[in-house]
Amino acid sequence: MTTKKTILIVDDDQDYLYQLKARVESFGFQTLLAESQKEAEELILKTKPDLAILDLMMENEDSGFILCYKMKKKYPEVPIIIATGVAAETGISFDINDENNRKWIKADLFLEKGIRKEKLKEEIDNLLIKMNS
Amino acid sequence: MSTLKILVIDDEPGIRSGISRILRNFRVDYPFMEEAFDFVVQEASTGEAGIELIETDKPDILLLDNKLPGIQGVEVLEYIRKKQMNIIVVMITSYASLELAVKATSDGAYDFIPKPFTPQELKSSIENITKRVFLKKMTNKLQETGKQIRFQFLSVLSHELKAPLNSIEGYLQMIRERQAGPQLESYDYMVDRMLERIKGMRTLILDLLDLTKVTSGKGTRDIREINLVDIAHTAIDTMRPYSIQKDVKLNLHGNDVVKVMADNEEMEIIFNNLISNAIKYNREGGTVDCTIGEDGTCVEILVEDTGIGINPEDLNKIFDDFVRIKSEKTRNITGSGLGLAIVKKLIDTYKGTIEVTSQPDIGSKFKVKLPIEKPCS
Repeated sequence: MTTKKTILIVDDDQDYLYQLKARVESFGFQTLLAESQKEAEELILKTKPDLAILDLMMENEDSGFILCYKMKKKYPEVPIIIATGVAAETGISFDINDENNRKWIKADLFLEKGIRKEKLKEEIDNLLIKMNS
Repeated sequence: MSTLKILVIDDEPGIRSGISRILRNFRVDYPFMEEAFDFVVQEASTGEAGIELIETDKPDILLLDNKLPGIQGVEVLEYIRKKQMNIIVVMITSYASLELAVKATSDGAYDFIPKPFTPQELKSSIENITKRVFLKKMTNKLQETGKQIRFQFLSVLSHELKAPLNSIEGYLQMIRERQAGPQLESYDYMVDRMLERIKGMRTLILDLLDLTKVTSGKGTRDIREINLVDIAHTAIDTMRPYSIQKDVKLNLHGNDVVKVMADNEEMEIIFNNLISNAIKYNREGGTVDCTIGEDGTCVEILVEDTGIGINPEDLNKIFDDFVRIKSEKTRNITGSGLGLAIVKKLIDTYKGTIEVTSQPDIGSKFKVKLPIEKPCS
């Protein structure tokens, strides 16, 4: 019997967090939650998730980037998804929709918040398979 | 030091070299201008050559003779006008007639220097034009900044509206799909959360309306002598049901009459926001003390609470648009993040000040000072 994989979800919107947790658990995963960049940084010190889904803008405009950078330093093999809400990011100085900028961030995937349930599951499964191979 | 490009189009070589000589070491420097300007001069002997230079290396200022071998000066002027180029044109011509002056001016010429002109006359005109160029640059910069600020605001605003809508939609889908199975308390939780988010959107909309009133400016302002204590009483009466619900005591201190020249509605907005915050972020059984006083030149409004306080690193942020402090302590407190931003903007229009001091878990104190004219009694 394989143990369930653990997915870390970080977002400062408590309702989005609740809903994503329910969704990810319905896929058969366990979840770890953090509501701020600071909380997530503390969590990472103690645990290593199998995958992380990070909100981009939290207490800082680039909290997601900072967390991604720190996680990749500590656990380079853990896949990271950065969730973006397009309306929020237009207007900030760093354009997330620019291909070059995305490459610089080193997240494994950028997903728009609100993608279909099936697509999310597919992307998570693909990243976890890649990690194991 | 900034350099402005000047192009001289004149068929007389003496004129061209004379102008180059005069302006080569000329500097324009005024106290109100942050930068000094010097000049680099290019020459063309025909209208055609001039246009080529204009296309390849656009000058800021054009000194243009009318009588030229090929196309005339006014045709060069028309070319510039048609292409809507941002060049200031000064006509230098020996054949100055009223007809020419009218045509050139209507085609966009800024000034006329009839030949023969002295070096001083040329320098005066250039000086004038330089000031104008500087002011135009500053205006453009301000408009650009204004546009960027507005764009940023709208981006954040649309996010603030979309987030609660997405949450509500998410919960409704979970309910429709019976995602919590038979656990009815979970559905109750979802409904409570949705109502909470709706409350948040309503607050945001009301605050936005206040904000537009503040930023739209003069229009409906009604400045007259008012008694701030009356406004404080009204605000406290409005907030009383809320304070009872939160079990917070409201107290008013100070004289019965503190007069000020201000707009009634704007003062209400300031009091309502400060007092409602003081209640919202307070603890059960806590107090809000509002004191109104004056010290000769200023009126002072003090709103103190026994609430959760503000961390030192957050003290600067709280007056920014849409900033809400998100922490374990504020988890269940909704707000638009605009209340204090509106208060600050209003106070700025009165040339007043607002200061906040706070101790986490003990309380916060907001001090508003308004240097308002009192009417002669």
